[in-house]
Amino acid sequence: MKLVVIKYNAGNVTSVNFALQRLGIDAVVTDDVTEILQADKIIFPGVGAANSAMLYLKEKKLDMLIKNIQQPFLGVCLGMQLLCDFSEEGNTQCIGVFNQPVKKFTGNEKVPQTGWNNIYDLQSPLFKHVDEEAYMYFVHSYYAELCEYTVAKTNYTVEYSSALQKDNFYAVQFHPEKSGSAGEKIIKNFIEL
Amino acid sequence: MPLAKRIIPCLDIKDGRTVKGINFKNIRDAGDAVELAAYYANEGADELVFLDITATNEKRKTLTALVQHVAAAINIPFTVGGGISSIDDVNALLKAGADKVSINTAAVKNPSLINQLANEFGSQCIVVAIDAKFENDNWFVYLNGGRKATDINAVEWIKQSIDLGAGEILLTSINHDGTRQGFANNLIKHVELFSSIPVIASGGAGNMQHFANVFNAGADAALAASLFHFKEMSISSLKKFLKEKNIDVRT
Repeated sequence: MKLVVIKYNAGNVTSVNFALQRLGIDAVVTDDVTEILQADKIIFPGVGAANSAMLYLKEKKLDMLIKNIQQPFLGVCLGMQLLCDFSEEGNTQCIGVFNQPVKKFTGNEKVPQTGWNNIYDLQSPLFKHVDEEAYMYFVHSYYAELCEYTVAKTNYTVEYSSALQKDNFYAVQFHPEKSGSAGEKIIKNFIEL
Repeated sequence: MPLAKRIIPCLDIKDGRTVKGINFKNIRDAGDAVELAAYYANEGADELVFLDITATNEKRKTLTALVQHVAAAINIPFTVGGGISSIDDVNALLKAGADKVSINTAAVKNPSLINQLANEFGSQCIVVAIDAKFENDNWFVYLNGGRKATDINAVEWIKQSIDLGAGEILLTSINHDGTRQGFANNLIKHVELFSSIPVIASGGAGNMQHFANVFNAGADAALAASLFHFKEMSISSLKKFLKEKNIDVRT
């Protein structure tokens, strides 16, 4: 199986790559269009700001490529937010796989949300053998609201989508690569889809 | 829902190896930082902190290599600190796989460093570590691993660090550190009144109730070193205890 991790200016590529290696997968880390199109599965990580990430993706013409990809595709953290259609972070037009806006947390809790929180109402093959209310590691200031694509929920000042799914597109707001053995299961489930 | 309270073992690193560690069952070499890190991760630690106590420029390469090995081995977040003073230092450590870096003396000497690092890498990965000592009715900042006094008010310095873009505060009470008489709960309570970012309490852990007390005082995370290293308390039993006390922890 050929697994590609998309390399770009906001990639948390190191950690994702190490997590894959622990599962025995040697991923190809690349921003090359041909390589990405030839992949069996694709992971789109991300740590950073939406606007600079989108500028980079557009320049490399990766935004349209991603939108039309047919293979199983997993967005992680910022990678999930970029798959939505708009982010309040820098008022950024995003890729638009999920017809959903990304909003900034408001309220009394500390922002960014940094730490371990539960995921529940799990409704995706990504969560096979993952317990309801399992703890995942989150680091983010923006979130996607609940919507028709929601396949996991989390509550932090507001109940929001901690995972989205539509056709071949999967996306998680937390970092499965940093979420202990429960997170590892999710990556494994994606690989075995 | 508030986040789970985090338990963070701290590993002191010298020349790429841990110090203060003793022999654990299932660990061949207690000085091997990677093995010890993996042990704690499996035991249920929520995060790890590595403090390089040598922290000279020559040793920095050793540290970067170590960070890479740790990142390859463990599946929980970790922070690296000790002598970090520039964007290049931080870049190398994050690229090697660290999730966060902690800065201490360099930030006090040049507060704008916090701002620069937060802009470059995002606040979420910038931890400001503060060693504070209570003297004459005030908390003061100490530098160089607690050896050098300053006249800087620690609470004011925390406020300033937050304003400059710190993502987290690692707050050690020198008065409590090593005493095993409990954390500086009053200081934590005071800081939590205004802090918009997570606070990690450090110094003074001696028993399980001490962790419950500091979490009830508002700490987001609690750090300990020798208590875990000397096998006096296992993280799994600590979490069980906290859960029974209705403190939300990841299990």
